[in-house]
Amino acid sequence: MSTTQVDKSAPSERARKIGGMYRTYWLVMLVAVVALSLVRIATGADDITAANTLRAAILSACPILLAGMGGLWSERAGIVNIGLEGQMLLGTWGAAYFTYNYGPWVGLLGAAAMGALGGLLHGLATITFGVDHIVSGVAINIIGLGATTFLAEAFFSDYQYGGPRQLTGLDGLPFVTVPGLSDGLKSLNDQGWFVISDLAGLLAALTTKVSVVTILIAVIVVLTAWILWHTSFGLRLRSCGENPAAAESLGVNVYRYKYVAVLVSGGLAGLGGAFLALVAASGFTTNQSNGRGYIGLAAMIFGNWNPFGTLGASLLFGYTDALRLRSPSAVHALLLVVAIGLLAYAAWRFYQGARTSAIVLGLIGAAFLVWFLTTDTVPREFTGMTPYVVTLLVLALASQRLRPPAADGQVYRKGSAG
Amino acid sequence: MPAAPPAPGASSTEAVIEAPEVRLIGIGKRFPGVIANHDVEVTIRPATVHALIGENGAGKSTLMKILYGVQKPDDGTIEVGGTERSFRTPTDAIGVGIGMVFQHFMLADNLTALENAVLGAEKLHGIGDKARAEFESISERYGFGLRPDVLVEKLGVADRQRLEILKVLFRGAKVLILDEPTAVLVPQEVDALFANLRDLRAHGHSILFISHKLDEVLAIADDITVMRRGTTVGSAVPGEVTKQELAEMMVGSELPSPETSESTVTDVVQLSLSGVTLTDDAGRDLLSDISFDIHRGEILGIAGVEGNGQAELVETVMGMRRLTSGRILLGEEDVTDWDTRRLRESGVGYIPEDRHRHGLLLDSPLWENRILGHQTRPPSVKGPWINRSGARKDTRRIVDEYDVRTPGIDTVARALSGGNQQKLIIGREMSGDPVLLIASHPTRGVDVGAQAAIWSHIKRARHDGLAVLLISADLDELIGLSDRIEVILRGRMVGTFDPAGVTPKDLGAAMTGGGEA
Amino acid sequence: MNSLKRVGFALLAPVIAVLIAVLATSVVIAASGSDSSAGDFWSVILSKPDNRLLVNILNQTTMIYLAAVAAAIGFRMGLFNIGVEGQYLLASYTAATFAGAALLPGALNIMATLVIAMAVGAIWAGIAGILRTTRGVSEVISTIMLNSIALILVGYLLDRYGLHGGNQVRTKDLPESSQLAGWLPFERPDGPIWTLGLLAVAVGVGFWVLLNKTRFGFDLRATGLSQTAAVASGIKVDRMVLISMLLSGAVAGLIWMPAYFGSAHTYGTTFQAGLGFTGIAVALLGRNQPVGMVFGAVLFAFLSTQSNTLTFQTDISPSIVQITQGVAVLAVVIAYELVRRYRIRLEQRTVARARTAPVQEVTA
Repeated sequence: MSTTQVDKSAPSERARKIGGMYRTYWLVMLVAVVALSLVRIATGADDITAANTLRAAILSACPILLAGMGGLWSERAGIVNIGLEGQMLLGTWGAAYFTYNYGPWVGLLGAAAMGALGGLLHGLATITFGVDHIVSGVAINIIGLGATTFLAEAFFSDYQYGGPRQLTGLDGLPFVTVPGLSDGLKSLNDQGWFVISDLAGLLAALTTKVSVVTILIAVIVVLTAWILWHTSFGLRLRSCGENPAAAESLGVNVYRYKYVAVLVSGGLAGLGGAFLALVAASGFTTNQSNGRGYIGLAAMIFGNWNPFGTLGASLLFGYTDALRLRSPSAVHALLLVVAIGLLAYAAWRFYQGARTSAIVLGLIGAAFLVWFLTTDTVPREFTGMTPYVVTLLVLALASQRLRPPAADGQVYRKGSAG
Repeated sequence: MPAAPPAPGASSTEAVIEAPEVRLIGIGKRFPGVIANHDVEVTIRPATVHALIGENGAGKSTLMKILYGVQKPDDGTIEVGGTERSFRTPTDAIGVGIGMVFQHFMLADNLTALENAVLGAEKLHGIGDKARAEFESISERYGFGLRPDVLVEKLGVADRQRLEILKVLFRGAKVLILDEPTAVLVPQEVDALFANLRDLRAHGHSILFISHKLDEVLAIADDITVMRRGTTVGSAVPGEVTKQELAEMMVGSELPSPETSESTVTDVVQLSLSGVTLTDDAGRDLLSDISFDIHRGEILGIAGVEGNGQAELVETVMGMRRLTSGRILLGEEDVTDWDTRRLRESGVGYIPEDRHRHGLLLDSPLWENRILGHQTRPPSVKGPWINRSGARKDTRRIVDEYDVRTPGIDTVARALSGGNQQKLIIGREMSGDPVLLIASHPTRGVDVGAQAAIWSHIKRARHDGLAVLLISADLDELIGLSDRIEVILRGRMVGTFDPAGVTPKDLGAAMTGGGEA
Repeated sequence: MNSLKRVGFALLAPVIAVLIAVLATSVVIAASGSDSSAGDFWSVILSKPDNRLLVNILNQTTMIYLAAVAAAIGFRMGLFNIGVEGQYLLASYTAATFAGAALLPGALNIMATLVIAMAVGAIWAGIAGILRTTRGVSEVISTIMLNSIALILVGYLLDRYGLHGGNQVRTKDLPESSQLAGWLPFERPDGPIWTLGLLAVAVGVGFWVLLNKTRFGFDLRATGLSQTAAVASGIKVDRMVLISMLLSGAVAGLIWMPAYFGSAHTYGTTFQAGLGFTGIAVALLGRNQPVGMVFGAVLFAFLSTQSNTLTFQTDISPSIVQITQGVAVLAVVIAYELVRRYRIRLEQRTVARARTAPVQEVTA
């Protein structure tokens, strides 16, 4: 999904390819649901597709997804933003401060503004002053953590329900439940029928007590895809990440687009912070993001710098997180899913003729199967590692399929055209 | 391809559009410590091809960046169609119908041809069907044969150039600036380009054609302006001027040309390749079954269109790539599996194609650059230790012997001009008793004075009994320096020529597979 | 004159950066509406530390400096080892577990523990090195991932195998025969200067010699300045990447050792986390130079230690110095970049004046 035009008259080769890609998404989802369903029935771990688990998964995925979208915006314009973590932290503080004083809607805006401030700093350093993107990102993470800790102590200590390291009792944002549909689907989910109950669980999670912020995030993902790939603004922004000199030679104001990208990036990360403070938890605490900015970055890479890929990766990471917290025993059942998945993929690769990778994958799959059969539980901590290990494995095994923007991370100076 | 309906905005293009006259009056541009342009006067008549010629470093590039709004002139004015204009950015230049085709293509590989064309000009035709129709109609009108949805990374050099021209036309440009457009093309592709340019002229476009290749200029231009040392030194009309006269105007004196003195070729083989084959990850051959010998005191020239395996050949001989099969002998020794350092230690000097990326540490002082590539040999080191004073002393020697113009050896390499950087590299590579010199485009991007010096250093190396492998895109340089020329095409050696009797046209034919020797 | 100018340029950037950091901190204090003014803040921070704090500053300096060198080894060749944090975390835990088991007597136990700490740090960093050299995985991403994995892994291991007491977990105590308290410059309550702080001196000197005096150091710097030129000069970049990741990780493994043998004697709540990121910041502040990083380490140690006294004398939170530190780092890299550009312009002018031919096209 690295393209563009609305071409209804003659479906081009690329348009067909994209169509195929969407079909693949649906196929993967269907296979996943069937596999989960089989495992649920085989092991009796009903939690793995329970509506509540899936709802928790979505809650866990949202901040990761926002950070990932933030990373996507800036990297598509050629700026690596590992300052997402710091920008997210600024967002948690902004959400708490503005919600306390002006209510939750202003809180959301305040969080985005604080995050964007972090983005602006990153932009100043990397765009205007040509500092290495990683260096600037590291500095912003230090500043972000320091600033939120300091500002929390300075402001929240005197607030009602506040303290130097936290602020609770904040007004929440509304949740939406689709009446009728929600209850029906939930009871269907409880029946334990093959696939049908599992799908019902998924739909129930999507219709029961959904935060308006979650809906907003869904809109953001779709908007991101549309803006970046179907508008001239998006084309210009992406061109800055692919070949900024070419873009400038055509009159594109590269600095401006990079600044917009990095501001949006910081703003989205800040919104992710708001989600943590206002929706996922009942208030602000110091260092609340706790590495989610980095996981968002990982989700973006796993998702191949593509909004829907990032969505999928975030949901996967969110799902493992939810399962870890809600039902450690169900995690054990998940081992079987992983084993089946790996073995199936290994068989597919073997069929394609990639013997070596098929064997490697098969062995890993077999190892998971042995693990499943010889143990009764998985240490809770190991599940927490999932996003990191999965990302490392994806990078190690499939890096040639990843397609970062060509000029990603390179310092560009105005006037380099020609 | 379906016949494109005439786009609404483009209906007038059927009629001949009359390009305005462009005048550059008294243009001047200074950079810190350098006067790039002064008192430049150029007038481009409507619907003509106007050639701007001059040696590398004469100020042509700066001038056209000024005309295209990339840089702002310090003095002088630009007039387009009788109105004075000042350009802050390329957008302003595009706005009055000036477009530019850069020598190094300005294309994003990961975007499609259409996206590249549309970028920056979305307001004209949108980014959807209308833009596609316009793209296809331009492509058809001028016979470019480009498809809109192809990824640029899949396009060849000539197609990329056509896409660059299409990009400019897409914006409705009436004046096209082409910066050394033939540098990347083989003679046959040049002919096709010229056909395109004549077509454009017939449609009423003006073209500013920048080059230092006089034959081409005489073949295509209606007017010629000559630049030297940052200013315009004269103008001429083809047919009333000879190549020699133009050359003298460009250089200001006799045109230097490399000429080999009597042969110094010995019968001792210094470098021998047999059956060298290099395969990439996808299993395609980058080099196929290459065999040749270079004797002591011999210069072997490799001619070929860029991207036909020259870079791979050099990197293979230098031990930077592992060959798939075949054998390389250096003197008596089998060096097939040697790494770069070991090869360098046994006397292989290397003048890389891209000196900024491969030859220098740009932000390090000259004396540290002296050590680069000689990290294991005196006088730079003593055992595992760096010998600072030895390296510094030897750097002073190189600066003196090779006439490197620098305030001192603590100056960073980046501050030197291209020619002086190259002289430093040659001085370094000639240190430590080399037996083989690999010179890849040794005079690319250097000024005339340095060019002559570099040629004489290479000739001296040959005289001293070195074997020299010379790769160059400048066919005159190859013919002038080499004792023998091999032509490489798609990773194969396709012909051997005697420089005494070969013309650039012959080489060009062989380089494109047009004829075997 | 020339060398004087050089020193001037080298000092210009850090001085500008410190000024900006001071300014930014003062503005934040003023804006936070605190009862104490920025003036109060600086007078507390800049007051003479008492003896206990002096010792503390010195001890912190040694650990921060070790962390900075660990980061700088990678930085000097263009490798971003963001994973110093994870490497020293895992190494510290493993070392403390090993030393606490007291398999070896006295000094031998210390030696073996240091080797193990270095080995574990090197291995953890080496994973990133191998992923980069064999699979082309950016070390930035892989070390970030490895940081998180190390954190979770240590949490798990400590929980599973550590000693539980109350709601705290820790490793077995270091036997007295292997403890290295150090030298008492003042009264006993002021605490000792840890013996293993000498590790920082040794590592610093070693790094300086390696970098400036040896072929290996030249290769390392050349690779950092231009990987392509390094390859063409015969340097095997993959090998260099792996070696410097291993070296970086090995030094990272040592970071917490002075504190462990000096006063902590167990890995638990006594562990000081976050030094890895501090080290990265100090490396940037000191421009990855062995001497520059000494000043950076002292500055950071001084600020963190002095800030603890803020609570008693002002109502400003000590975490304000984190802002000072962060801003200083960002400001210093910007200032270095600006000074670098200015220097190049200056040198080009000098070169142009020295040349006979006045008219040349500038080469980028």
